[in-house]
Amino acid sequence: MRWMKLAAMMAVGGISAVAWAQPGKGGAADKLTVGFSQVGAESEWRTAETQSIRGEAEKRGAELKFADAQGKQVNQIKSVKSFITQRVNFIVIAPVVETGWEPVLREAKAAKIPVILVDRGIKLSEAGEKEDLYTTLIASDFVEEGRMAAEWLAKTTGGEARIVELQGTTGSAPAIDRQKGFAEGIAGHPGMKIIKTQSADFTRAKGKEVMQSFIKSEGKNITAVYAHNDDMALGAIQALEEAGIKPSIDVRVISIDAVKGAFESMVAGKLSATVECNPLLGPIVFDTIERLRAGQTVPRFIKQTDRLFDQKDAAEAIKTREY
Amino acid sequence: MSAAARLARDVWARPESRAGLALVLMLLAAAVFTPHFADLEWRDGRLFGAMIDILRNGAPVVLLSVGMTLVIAAGGIDLSVGSLMALGGAVAALLITTAGWPAPAAALAGIAVAGVAGAVNGLMVSWVGLQPIVATLVMLVAARGAGQALAADQKVRFSGGVIEDLARGAWLGLPMPVYVAGAAALIAAGAVRWTLLGPALHAAGENPRAARLCGIRVRGVWMLTYITSGVLAGVAGLIAAGDIGEADTANCGLYLELDAILAVVIGGTSLTGGRAILAGSVLGALLMQTLTVMLQMNGVPSEQALVVKAVVVLAVAVARSPGAAEGWRRFRARRGVPRVEEAPS
Repeated sequence: MRWMKLAAMMAVGGISAVAWAQPGKGGAADKLTVGFSQVGAESEWRTAETQSIRGEAEKRGAELKFADAQGKQVNQIKSVKSFITQRVNFIVIAPVVETGWEPVLREAKAAKIPVILVDRGIKLSEAGEKEDLYTTLIASDFVEEGRMAAEWLAKTTGGEARIVELQGTTGSAPAIDRQKGFAEGIAGHPGMKIIKTQSADFTRAKGKEVMQSFIKSEGKNITAVYAHNDDMALGAIQALEEAGIKPSIDVRVISIDAVKGAFESMVAGKLSATVECNPLLGPIVFDTIERLRAGQTVPRFIKQTDRLFDQKDAAEAIKTREY
Repeated sequence: MSAAARLARDVWARPESRAGLALVLMLLAAAVFTPHFADLEWRDGRLFGAMIDILRNGAPVVLLSVGMTLVIAAGGIDLSVGSLMALGGAVAALLITTAGWPAPAAALAGIAVAGVAGAVNGLMVSWVGLQPIVATLVMLVAARGAGQALAADQKVRFSGGVIEDLARGAWLGLPMPVYVAGAAALIAAGAVRWTLLGPALHAAGENPRAARLCGIRVRGVWMLTYITSGVLAGVAGLIAAGDIGEADTANCGLYLELDAILAVVIGGTSLTGGRAILAGSVLGALLMQTLTVMLQMNGVPSEQALVVKAVVVLAVAVARSPGAAEGWRRFRARRGVPRVEEAPS
């Protein structure tokens, strides 16, 4: 009769677990509990985002349950499910990919837990769109970032530039949108042309290698570099310097993200400008949560306002940069 | 038959020649179809041009393919080399930034760690008896994981005197990595040609049991090849990290084990082992780098570039296959060309 003994033990265990969980649940009614599913810690940018949300939770006395998905959607879905079981008040997700979220979001909705997406959007089916599967998305507008880069370049070059473009990872949302925004931004300037474009996978090594090839084929013809992130731009700057071309003087270099390395490079007079893609989402995420708790409605897309930094701002701004 | 014709035939009979011919054709194609490909100029005390980039950026894959040739000739395969690059680079960078080690010591430590990982591969294959593909696949996952864990999943920025010189410096107009890769290839080729390592390597790859019965320490030979492959991967990792002043454990060396294996295959070394054709592997690695640079200079989108690369590699592999050789013989026979008698050597 070992199985009966086992079943009895499990039953007792189950009951005691429920009993033990009860007071905690009661306490959650007044204390705000938020589950945050983060992509990973692959870059300074992401670490800054995590710290911002963590720090803000601490400041406001909320309990933050943090889950690092190590770049895998499976892990994110698992952690969201566990947040639902733990009955958190809000779930925050930085989605690693755009699709495959509907089933787990439906579970959250059934449990009446609002979901807030941060820094990247997701794609829903038509049915999913109607269901209001998430409450709001708090993110930067990548298209807008590309457009800002183009406008700055148009202004500083007087609308005359022969540009090489270093794209992000093929098919990724930031790469698609930053390319689109930049193309829109230069459309009104017939003197601005993209003469070469190529993916460099968002990495410094690839940015350098692709730029070396561009320099060989176009040489002095290049007057500007547009990179979809700072890392690729920093790699391209190395390639320019090794070819005896002065970055930001002979060739303007503009990129997106505004990480610390970009500011250091601007202070050193190398990178010309960078468009900020702000990872410090903590305050706005918790402001939104407060509004929702107070019963207010929030827009479905809360756009982060990004700004552009160039060498004039860099020395001042670098002192206050948190990432 | 004249002496010149005989020489030409002997050269053509060498397995490296096909890879050499393919490289020459590729360079000609690049020079014809790519503006400024053939330009060379003297700038800041060094040669400057697309062909220098090929030598420079091809150096890490050349290093990997030299190690890979030895491993494959002895009957194994090493899938872990790309990850070992990342691990070696990360260890060196972290020792400089967090432990304050001087750059030369950190560089040696990075290479040593990659070498130890290679030794683990060797132990798994020689003494535990795992299949090479399994043992090194485990290392592929483990080494990159270890590197990322050590670096806490961050890119490690460092300024490392000797490592940067190794990666970015130049001597007599040529980039340093060219000398490093060239030296590795020459030493390996010399060892295979003039020491007992050559016959031992080939015997171990051809038939390990027979080799053992002949008194060759087959396990020792295997160990040596995996350690060499690991050490060379570590050097390649230092070059990759020093080049950008950053150890990027998530991306450094990613998929380069595949490039190294392709270089070996293009070079004419059979994946079944028994023969090391080092010059062929070096030519194969340079062939692929030429293709990469040519496609980049022409602005071919990366996703299409991969397809073009695959087609070229397939063409070279098919051209040297037994099937193609048989087809060529029949074609000549039908045209009434008499078969050339094999000259007694």
